[in-house]
Amino acid sequence: MKLTLKIWRQENASAKGSMQTYPIDGVEGDMSFLEMLDVLNENLINKGDDPVVFDHDCREGICGACSLQINGEPHGPDRLITTCQLHMRMFNDGDTIVIEPFRAKAFPVVKDLMVDRSSFDRIQQAGGYVSVNTSGNTIDANAIPINKHDADTSFEAAACIGCGACVAACKNASAMLFTSAKVSQFALLPQGQVEAATRVLNMVEQMDKEGFGNCTNTGACEVECPKGISLENIARMNREYLSASIKG
Amino acid sequence: MSILDSKIPEGPLADKWTNHKNKIDLVNPANKRNIDVIVVGTGLAGGSAAATLAELGYNVKTFCYQDSPRRAHSIAAQGGINAAKNYQGDGDSNYRLFYDTVKGGDYRSREANVYRLAEVSGNIIDQCVAQGVPFAREYGGLLDNRSFGGVLVSRTFYAKGQTGQQLLLGAYSAMNRQINRGKIKPYNRHEMLDIVKVDGKARGIIARDLVTGAIERHSAHAVVLATGGYGNVFFLSTNAMGSNVTAAWRAHRRGAYFANPCYTQIHPTCIPVSGDHQSKLTLMSESLRNDGRIWVPKKLEDAQAIREGKKKPTELSEEERDYYLERRYPAFGNLVPRDVASRAAKERCDAGFGVNKTGEAVYLDFAAAIQRYGKETALTEHISNPSEEEIKKLGAAVIENKYGNLFQMYQKIVDENPYETPMMIYPAVHYTMGGLWVDYNLQTTIEGCYAAGEANFSDHGANRLGASALMQGLADGYFVLPYTIGDYLSNDIRTGEISTETPEFDQAEKEVTERIQKLMGGAGNHSVDYYHKKLGKIMWNKCGMSRNAQGLSEAIDEIAALRKDFWENVKIPGTINSMNPELEKAGRVADFLELGELFAKDALDRNESCGGHFREESVEQSGEQKGEALRDDENFKYVSAWEYKGEPKDAQLHKEELIFKNIELKTRSYK
Repeated sequence: MKLTLKIWRQENASAKGSMQTYPIDGVEGDMSFLEMLDVLNENLINKGDDPVVFDHDCREGICGACSLQINGEPHGPDRLITTCQLHMRMFNDGDTIVIEPFRAKAFPVVKDLMVDRSSFDRIQQAGGYVSVNTSGNTIDANAIPINKHDADTSFEAAACIGCGACVAACKNASAMLFTSAKVSQFALLPQGQVEAATRVLNMVEQMDKEGFGNCTNTGACEVECPKGISLENIARMNREYLSASIKG
Repeated sequence: MSILDSKIPEGPLADKWTNHKNKIDLVNPANKRNIDVIVVGTGLAGGSAAATLAELGYNVKTFCYQDSPRRAHSIAAQGGINAAKNYQGDGDSNYRLFYDTVKGGDYRSREANVYRLAEVSGNIIDQCVAQGVPFAREYGGLLDNRSFGGVLVSRTFYAKGQTGQQLLLGAYSAMNRQINRGKIKPYNRHEMLDIVKVDGKARGIIARDLVTGAIERHSAHAVVLATGGYGNVFFLSTNAMGSNVTAAWRAHRRGAYFANPCYTQIHPTCIPVSGDHQSKLTLMSESLRNDGRIWVPKKLEDAQAIREGKKKPTELSEEERDYYLERRYPAFGNLVPRDVASRAAKERCDAGFGVNKTGEAVYLDFAAAIQRYGKETALTEHISNPSEEEIKKLGAAVIENKYGNLFQMYQKIVDENPYETPMMIYPAVHYTMGGLWVDYNLQTTIEGCYAAGEANFSDHGANRLGASALMQGLADGYFVLPYTIGDYLSNDIRTGEISTETPEFDQAEKEVTERIQKLMGGAGNHSVDYYHKKLGKIMWNKCGMSRNAQGLSEAIDEIAALRKDFWENVKIPGTINSMNPELEKAGRVADFLELGELFAKDALDRNESCGGHFREESVEQSGEQKGEALRDDENFKYVSAWEYKGEPKDAQLHKEELIFKNIELKTRSYK
């Protein structure tokens, strides 16, 4: 198929960016979206132009690196997938596709379609862990039974891949879904109880410091999340935050 | 006598690690504050090592090419992690895990290392649970286990199909705790381009900031390489796009021996290549072979008709199908080990029976399982005279419950419904057992340079068992390195900070810069990927699942010629002093072009079939095993450790003889 791509090009963080148009031919339905961009880049290199820079690594939907806003939607039109799992059969011959980076104040553009998501790392560093030593001298793994439902719910929250689609989908660029997923993972496990109050307070404080917006419960994050992380996590984090604030 | 000293401790197998730990020199906490350690790679091995070393008090710097440590490719491991907990009471023990791993590795691993791995495996699970890793649990609240290939017990712990992700996020969280304390300084989007030696010891690295292009010097008292495997030398593999051999290869060029480079695991159940645009391959879990039957058409004309789209697989009757694994290996059938299943698929496709348009795919069919489960469910639910339709529906529900996420993934990629038509699969490069040679302490042949996880040659011999890679990565990082590296660093308490303003750093930086300039100076018109794909084709066709002396000799020459062409003609756009992914790729492919040649040379030397490595000259000539892989313990019971001598083909072989005192060497038979 033949397509017209409109792609955001930006030399570096401080440069001014703009949309550029690239026609592309010979796209096959079996190609992934990123393989289609590989073809474009190969064409650009052969012509002596700079290829389009974008983040990607595992290309099987788990590392969370790929992060494209395609026709206004994070990871494109399909559901429960990352950009690398989007296939060109979702598009038609003659389509125009608009490709932008994930947009948020807390995700500054590095180059072209690549953004800096280190703000996510800093939220995790503020408290996204259990303070146990890694020496191995701990209690037996089966010493504390955990209700299966709680363990499974905790896992579902922990399945977050940190891609930032929730932020890109949100009109406020809020990171509540991302932050609440980690808070929930630990809040649901006995191992996370000891530090529960300080964890939620510190992570939320860092989230605000990074310049993410507030949550207004529109739910776009949940819809666009490639891993189906539930809004319930935000509700749980709000409860945790409130109870921690009262205790505080 | 070999110059390789594996430093295996004395004493009975089960006491070696404890005895060794008791004799290790310790560094007192005040002195640890004055000692720096560099960890390159932040996957399971690197992440866990960095967190633990920082927790002990060392100053740690981590390096990864990704934008965050959380994205290391350990994250993609699906199935699980083995541990000899014996929670199921099914007879598991440290010895049994040790035995299974050595046997599964076709008797090409080091007994003492493997036993230690089994010994610490239980602690890994304790540790991860304490960190809040949400493993799968039973209704009683205790941890659940599943079974994996090549073993008779249930010892695999898991978190759905995302065990690697959960374990890596656990290690990442432990890192974050230390970053928050200021004990780890993370350098993300940085790539190590050389190791710096001072007085023969590893004392730092040269790295490139991938955002600015700046070349940086970083010093330390010891350097840990936890940079993963080199499966991407084949271009197409299940590895991440950025997975590379550069850190290990740079260390090799500086004196670290490279062990068993030809040991590659080729996984039988991956989604086949769909065309030339393909950038990577996706694994479908080994667990599918529990219920799927593998087949190709019996007649060549049927295979051709299917390839041309004139026939559908469901139109072929049972008599027209060749369930070749069940035919060749009646005892194990579809559950033969990975290496056997992979070779058999290639054999059928090479003979013209492949079923997709490229002719490189076989069927994995769930129709029989759907029937079987459907009838079973109808019985248990007391449905009398169920219709065909009902049986199918009931059966499909059982299959969905077991493998739903895999079926969905397959459908997204291939656009076919595997409940209705058989899946197509083909083998793909998945894991490399070879890597930097290390002694019992995980130290390479460069003093002060350690290698952990898939980056070392370690514990898997010639073939790795499922769910053992995660175990090894975390064992090395959490429980082995923190002890053994302390022994080495105890000599450095008076050394003080290592300066980066020395002739050694000057020289290393100069060489890195010159190499980058040379790469940018290519005069031709071909992209990096053009060369990478060509290399991949040579590797797959001549150094892949089935190898012979002639093909391997040709590969050595072809790779050398391709390398020459690459250095003269590769075209890299952009500049040195800015973000330039093509330049990053070029550096990695340049190293793959050297490793590939050594890989072929190693495979040529090893004139035996063992593990995933099938040598056409070494097959059983008679009897029941006729035509099967023939291991040669008399002549090849050694680790090949290669010393760099300029061109890869001039590398010098050092042999570490493997001594088996606790296990009897047997032929693997699956007939």
